[in-house]
Amino acid sequence: MGVKVQPMTTTVTRIALCTLDEIAVGLGRAFDVGGREVAVFRTRDGRALAVDGTCPHKGGPLADGMLIGEQVVCPLHAFRFDGTSGACDQESVCAVEAFSAEVRDGTIYVTVPLA
Amino acid sequence: MIRAPHRPKLVVIGNGMAGARFLEDVLAIDPGLFDITVFGDEPYGNYNRILLSNVLNGSQDAKEIFLNPLSWYDENGITLHAGKRVTRVDRAAKRVYADDFTADYDYLVFATGSKPFIPPIPGTPLHGVFAFRTLDDCRNIAEYALDCKTAVVIGGGLLGLEAAKGLMTHNVAVTVVEMAPWLMSVQLDEAGGKVLGQTIAKLGISARTGTVTKELIGHRRVTGVKFADGSEIPADMVVISAGIRPNAELARECGIVCDKAIVVDDQLRTSDPAVFGVGECVQHNGTIYGLVAPLWEQTKVLAKVLSSADATATYSGSKIATKLKVMGVELASMGRINDLQPTDEVVQFSEPGRDVYWKAIVRDGKLSAACLLGDLAPADDLMRMFHAGADAPSRRLELFFTAASAKKEVSLADLPDSHQICDCNGVCKGTIVQAIKAGKCTVPAVGKATRAGTGCGSCKKLVKGLIEAVAGGVRAEPSESWYVAAVPLDKPTLVAEVKARGLKSVSAVLRELGTADDEKSRNGLASMLKGIWGTEYIDERDSRFVNDRVHANIQKDGTFSVVPRIYGGITSADDLIKIGQVAKKYAVPMVKFTGGQRIDLLGIKKEDLPGVWTDLGMPSGHAYTKALRTVKTCVGTEFCRYGTNDSTGLGIDLEKRFQGFEFPAKVKLAVSGCPRNCAESTVKDVGVIATEGGEWEVSVGGAAGAHVRKTDVLCRVKTKDEALRVIGRFLIYYRDNAKWLERTYDFSPRIGIEKLREIIVDDSLGIGTQLDAEVEKTIAAYVDPWLERDKPAYAGQFDEPKRVPLPVL
Ligand code: SRM
Ligand SMILES: Cc1cc2nc3c(=O)[nH]c(=O)nc-3n(C[C@H](O)[C@H](O)[C@H](O)COP(=O)(O)OP(=O)(O)OC[C@H]3O[C@@H](n4cnc5c(N)ncnc54)[C@H](O)[C@@H]3O)c2cc1C
Ligand code: SF4
Ligand code: FES
Repeated sequence: MGVKVQPMTTTVTRIALCTLDEIAVGLGRAFDVGGREVAVFRTRDGRALAVDGTCPHKGGPLADGMLIGEQVVCPLHAFRFDGTSGACDQESVCAVEAFSAEVRDGTIYVTVPLA
Repeated sequence: MIRAPHRPKLVVIGNGMAGARFLEDVLAIDPGLFDITVFGDEPYGNYNRILLSNVLNGSQDAKEIFLNPLSWYDENGITLHAGKRVTRVDRAAKRVYADDFTADYDYLVFATGSKPFIPPIPGTPLHGVFAFRTLDDCRNIAEYALDCKTAVVIGGGLLGLEAAKGLMTHNVAVTVVEMAPWLMSVQLDEAGGKVLGQTIAKLGISARTGTVTKELIGHRRVTGVKFADGSEIPADMVVISAGIRPNAELARECGIVCDKAIVVDDQLRTSDPAVFGVGECVQHNGTIYGLVAPLWEQTKVLAKVLSSADATATYSGSKIATKLKVMGVELASMGRINDLQPTDEVVQFSEPGRDVYWKAIVRDGKLSAACLLGDLAPADDLMRMFHAGADAPSRRLELFFTAASAKKEVSLADLPDSHQICDCNGVCKGTIVQAIKAGKCTVPAVGKATRAGTGCGSCKKLVKGLIEAVAGGVRAEPSESWYVAAVPLDKPTLVAEVKARGLKSVSAVLRELGTADDEKSRNGLASMLKGIWGTEYIDERDSRFVNDRVHANIQKDGTFSVVPRIYGGITSADDLIKIGQVAKKYAVPMVKFTGGQRIDLLGIKKEDLPGVWTDLGMPSGHAYTKALRTVKTCVGTEFCRYGTNDSTGLGIDLEKRFQGFEFPAKVKLAVSGCPRNCAESTVKDVGVIATEGGEWEVSVGGAAGAHVRKTDVLCRVKTKDEALRVIGRFLIYYRDNAKWLERTYDFSPRIGIEKLREIIVDDSLGIGTQLDAEVEKTIAAYVDPWLERDKPAYAGQFDEPKRVPLPVL
């Protein structure tokens, strides 16, 4: 399981965010993890995806977006970002940061840089 | 693919037009040859700079002009550092530095392009002063223009005029200031410049030529421009387009020989044999090029040289011949029109009535330069002659008027395969025809396969013509008839399938009938299923857009707007006081009267929405969803001395009856109390106007937004009840038969008003009572969504971001 972190970052930490039931099926929710905005989504098959909370285009709130398959669609101008890699599918926009997320015993954990 | 263990490292600085094209050329020769790294100062993949003018004037979206998406770099194993500026090159160590990154090279290519020249006058750092070179410039200009009434563009060249045109579309009055005695002094002579001046004056742009700018005035923001003659004009913003300067500093600093730009030889090599240069940052044989066509020639040669595909390939300079479109004015230019020698022959033609001006210079019996303005009929022949260095016809006038050009247009079929169709990308007819024969039968498909039409786009018509000639027609998109993109069925078939299979949720429809998945399709299916199943509909919140999940309209900063229902636009003192109190309590940043006679509270945080709704105690005005929006009314008989019918009464009844009805697109109504039509009923989805005899005229299919269309008259009725019934029938028929996002202004002409009249008014299909029943059923199923304030529909619906602290190590 590849931990997705910035190349420059050395310390990461895994923390519990919430229970799976605190996020509606197929939707996202915004978290503030130690001052870092993170958008966490619950896929229709019960997994979790976590990406940066802010769209690199014009700062749209990604947690308010829609989840299409594993892609997060920004609510402002519909750029799409892969929920696992953070890559933007639309022409040439920078990726968002993606964080490794997992569900264990009904609780969602994400791994974020500690910095 | 098996790759050599030690591939030479190729590093490119600059990810613009030349840099990215060079990589494509290298990959085309051998994708596995180099280990490639690119640095680009701009935080994007590679976009088409020459289309920025379109982005600025709004005819294209920024998203549409990208050439190579980030994934392209990935797929081709290229390491792209987007948003990273190279700041140092160590030639001894063969290493480049950008921020914290370094990259080692065996071959280094400079493709750093150029930057706008900002003249050394006071005031250029003021707010509201822009250059026009990058995507970000475009966005900044467009955003700033929103608050501006006047603008000055400094520089009357190609870019300056494009900037001026772009600003015009933002409703800013533009003055172009040019130091030379005429506009576009590089491509045009004085007479041509004057013709162009007249043409743009007709477009409402004033030009001041022979004018030197001395200072930009203002405190924080620019407010005006001062000229050398002491005069001044006001300006809320200024765009400087006074020429470009090659980005040669980096090369110069590391000791590479530079003159005005980086000096390269016939193999694009600099003074360091491991370092090369292409594009606007280089100078070849004393010449720096500022258009794309020469860059394409350079990158091709360099790719051959570096890959050793043809190690002896050479670049011997480019003959500049371009067709440009400046503010909608056609212009062709070749050679240097202002370089006139005593022995030259000049052939000129002008037709002031049509703003046409042609000039050609013949030197030693050959065409050495030409400019054509306003009508490009002879341009193709001249350009061919110019490129080939062919002799000019001995009767010089035949340069412009040959037997061929008298024949009007040469038919596409008669053109030789070698005839260049796309001048931006150098694509010949033969290449395009091959692509069409290989099955590329749409303009975008041909563009993808050959690049034709993907530059300035002016040749798309020719490409379309070729498709028609070769394949017998541009292929119709079957998806055009589908209700939504993810389900390949037209609406009647889709509805029938959904009913037959009992599909009550979006995921069920997508699972059984879908071939794709996207947010728009889901929104459309959700709306349709709600209409079909009413209370039986299985509402999956992840198929709703955020506005429809929190029943408010998302704003650019992530806050929301709240528009309470104000039936017919008629409110009361008590309601106004309540709205005022809510606005104060929640410190609402903007309270605005809307275009549809409602009150909008803008800038409300998501977590405050339930509180705001509770305190307002009014129903949702549905400003967010694809639903009935507003019913606009005029005062009518209640107070107006002309009113012949009770427009406010009907308006309120309409809004109460149809509130919350969801449709394939938003629906706006209006009722006017007399033919003066003060509620603008003739530009609404359904408009009602009281007539002199006291009847109501009902018309449909109008709009005055991005599309302006006058309504078609459906019928006249005598009573309010009849009006309510016929409108209800129309609305349900529209709901059940329109494609997703198809507004009535497209739906009504698609079906045809006569046919609509037969169905709705004459009940030719015998579905009248069924439509009436649907109205009642929909009214019964309606629940005010703002009631979710008391009981959120799902976890976290209105919650603010949940805070989770990080552990301390
Ligand atoms: C608030 C308002 C502007 C205002 O302050 O006056 C407005 C605001 C928006 N309009 Fe509008 N339109 C408003 C009246 C209009 C009108 C005039 C009217 O309704 O009388 C029109 C032209 C009439 C028409 O629709 O034919 C209008 C034509 C549009 C269009 C173009 C639709 C088209 O198909 O041509 C859009 C874009 C769209 O719907 O895709 C749009 C989209 C929008 C959106 C929803 C853009 C968006 O997605 O965020 C704006 C929402 C802002 C918000 O949060 O409130 N708005 N918009 C008006 C709200 C209606 C109201 O009074 O309650
Ligand atoms: C609005 C506009 C309209 C135009 N219209 C036309 C037209 O209709 N027809 C036509 O032929 N030409 C047109 N041009 C000109 C054409 O766009 C240029 O000739 C062409 O873009 C030059 O390509 P280039 O690769 O040399 O430079 P660029 O496209 O400017 O690319 C250079 C890139 O290098 C980057 N860079 C610079 N320094 C560094 C560094 N140190 N580290 C990393 N990256 C760096 C820059 O950020 C830039 O992205 C137009 C130009 C503009 C601005
Ligand atoms: S969508 Fe309507 S409200 Fe928004 S900026 Fe455009 S015109 Fe104004
Ligand atoms: S802000 Fe996200 S797409 Fe524009």
